[in-house]
Amino acid sequence: MAWNRKLLRVDLSKGTCTSEALNMQWAQEYLGQRGLATKYFIEEVDPKVDPLAPENKLIMATGPLTGTPASTGGRYSVITKGALTGAIACSNSGGYFGAELKFAGWDMVIFQGKSKKPVYLSIEDDKAELKDASHLWGKTVFQTEEIIKKSHQDPQIRVASIGRSGENGVMFACVVNDLHRAAGRSGVGTVMGSKNLKAVAVRGKNGGGAIRDPKAFMAATVAAKKVLADNAVTGQGLPTYGTQVLMNVINEMGALPTRNHRDVQFEDARKISGEAMHEKRPTDGKAQLVTNAACFGCTIACGRISKIDETHFSVVNKPEYWGASGGLEYEAAWALGAANGVGDLEALQYVNVLCNEDGFDPITFGATVGAAMELYDLGILTKEQIGMDAPFGSAKALVELAQMTAKGEGFGKELGLGSARLCEKYGRPELSMGVKKQEFPAYDSRGIQGMGLAYATSNRGACHLRGYTVASEVLGIPVKTDPLVTEGKADLVKAFQDATSVFDSAGVCVFTTFAWTLADLQPQLDAACEGDWTMEKLGLLGERIWNMERLFNNAAGFTAKDDDLPPRLKTEPAKTGPAKGLVNGIDKMRPEYYKARGWSAEGVPSKETLARLGL
Amino acid sequence: MKITFKLFATLQDFLPPEAKKTNALPLEIESTTTVMDLVKRFSLPEKLVHLVLIDGNFVPPGERASRTFQEGETLAIWPPVAGG
Repeated sequence: MAWNRKLLRVDLSKGTCTSEALNMQWAQEYLGQRGLATKYFIEEVDPKVDPLAPENKLIMATGPLTGTPASTGGRYSVITKGALTGAIACSNSGGYFGAELKFAGWDMVIFQGKSKKPVYLSIEDDKAELKDASHLWGKTVFQTEEIIKKSHQDPQIRVASIGRSGENGVMFACVVNDLHRAAGRSGVGTVMGSKNLKAVAVRGKNGGGAIRDPKAFMAATVAAKKVLADNAVTGQGLPTYGTQVLMNVINEMGALPTRNHRDVQFEDARKISGEAMHEKRPTDGKAQLVTNAACFGCTIACGRISKIDETHFSVVNKPEYWGASGGLEYEAAWALGAANGVGDLEALQYVNVLCNEDGFDPITFGATVGAAMELYDLGILTKEQIGMDAPFGSAKALVELAQMTAKGEGFGKELGLGSARLCEKYGRPELSMGVKKQEFPAYDSRGIQGMGLAYATSNRGACHLRGYTVASEVLGIPVKTDPLVTEGKADLVKAFQDATSVFDSAGVCVFTTFAWTLADLQPQLDAACEGDWTMEKLGLLGERIWNMERLFNNAAGFTAKDDDLPPRLKTEPAKTGPAKGLVNGIDKMRPEYYKARGWSAEGVPSKETLARLGL
Repeated sequence: MKITFKLFATLQDFLPPEAKKTNALPLEIESTTTVMDLVKRFSLPEKLVHLVLIDGNFVPPGERASRTFQEGETLAIWPPVAGG
C-alpha cells in the first residue's frame, strides 16, 4: 500500500469532488505527505496569499507507508499557509484517520476555494461528496464525530474536524482526528474553518495501492519493529511514562521555560510530571493516568489516557469530563503548566481536554496565557480587561480563560489571537515568546543552545518537531552533545531538520527516530515504493524539502530577520541551573547554519544549492 | 557531606517509600563516595542508569566511577527515556 496514485481535489466554491492521478514524477522527488503535498501546494498557491482567503489551499496528505504494516504507519499531515504564522504550515497527526484515507484509495485531498455554507466531506472509498454541515456548525469536535458516526450508521468512520475555535477564528485552531490526535500547530484548523469546512469523514475498504516487493517489505518492517522493541526508549521508556517523563529531566537541566520564560526552572515541575500522573490521588485513591495508547500500526504506544479527579474544581458538577480522555503529553503539560506557573495537574488535564474538544493548540494557548499573565503582572492588562485576576500560577484563571477561548467569549477572543498579536496589541511585542508568530515549545534555548537555532530557522515558526536536537543535547541520541555550547550546532540542526523531513514524508512517526536512523527507514521505503530509494536519495530528499519550504517562505516575505529569537533569550541570562548566566547564541549560530545550508548571508539558497537539489 | 539523591521514572522504585513522593532523598556521604558507589548502594541495574546529572550537568559514563561530590550537590538519574 505505498502510493494509491490518486488524489481527491475538492473545490469548495463549486461544490465538486474530482479524482486526479498523482504526479508520480513528483512522488519520486518528494516522496509523500509533507514533501509531496508541499510541492503541490507551492506549485498551486501564491506565496503572498492571505492565509484566510479562499485562494489559500489546504491539503491532507498521507505518506507511502501510511496504512501499511510499517510501525507507526498511520500518519497524515495538513499542509497550508498557516493562519498563525503566514509561513508554510505542515502539521502532522497520528490516530487512525490517515490510514483510513489510504484504505479508501486516496493519497491526499486538496481543498480549494470556500464553501458558501458549512459543509463536511464524506469519503467512502471512491465515492466522495460534500454534505451540509449546518447542523454541525457550533458543535465541538467530540460532538461532531459522534453525530457523523450516528448519521452514517457506521462507528468505524474516521473523522477529522474542527471545533468551535476553528469556526470562531482562533488563530491557532487545530484539525483534530480520532478525538485526541491533532494536526496541532500553526492554525491549520483556522484555515479549514475559513473555508466553512467543518469535517472530513472517511471510510476505506479498498485497502490501498500496491507494495512493490511485499516479501522484502514484510522482512524490512519486522526488522525495524525489532529495533524499536529492543531499544530501551521506544521499547520501555515511552510506553511507560510517555513524553511526560521529560518534565523532571528538563527542569533539572534548567531548560524548562517558566512564567513566560522569566525563569528556566519551575518549583512545581514534579507536581505536573509523568511521575505525578502515576501516583494515587488522596481524594479518590486513583492515579490520573489510566493507560497508555497507540495510534494505527504503532508498536511504541506513547499516548496517555487519563481521568480527571471528579472532585476537582474544574469538573465538579460536569460529569461529561469524568471519563477517560487523551493526555497529558509533555508539551501540553508544560505549556498549560510551567509556562504560566500553574502546578495543578488536574487543571492542566481539564484544559488539555478542552483543547482537544474544541480544537485549539495547547502549546500556543498555554504560552499565550503566560504572556497575558506577564502583561497582567506588569499592570498593562487589568482585572477589568481580562475579566478576572490573572496572576502567574492561577489555575482558576487558566481554566476560565480556556473555557472563554473555546467558546470565543470575552477575553478569550483576545487570547485567540496568539501571543504575538496579543503582545503587539498591548504595545509589548517583545513579550511574545516565539518565532514567526508561533510560540516556543517546552525547551528553553538558553539551556539547550541548539534548540534556539532550530526554533529560529524552523520553516513553520518555533517548533521542536522540525529539528529535535534535544535528542542529542539532552538524551544522547544518536550521540551526546553539550547543550550549553553553540559549537557544532549548525551542522547538528541541519542534520536533524533534513532527516525529519524524510520521516515526515514517509507516513511514519518522528518518535521512531529515538531508535531508527534513516538506515532503518530506507529498506522499508525501498521495498514499498517503486524506484531506487537509496540512502543518498533520502539524504538529498530531506534537504530538498527543507529548501523548498524555505523558498516558499522567502517568497512570502520572510527574511533572515525572521530567523531570530525574542530579546529575552538573547539579553536576559538564565537565572538558575546549569545555564545560569547564559543567553542563547543565535547570532553566532545563524551564519554558521546558513553556510552549512549553502545559503547566502541573507538566508537565500544559492543557485548552486538549488541546482544540486534539483529545485 | 550532605547531598540530594534523586531517582526518576522506573528507577524511583529503588527509593524508600517516603522519598517517592518527591523523587528525592537527602543523603549523608563520605567525601570519597562516587556516583557508581551510590548506584551500587541502591542496587540500581546498571543498564537502567542512563541519564546521570549532577546539578543538571551531564556526567558521561566514563566519569561515573571517579566522580565524587561537593557539599550540597544533587545527583539525578533516569533510565533511557525520551519525549517530544
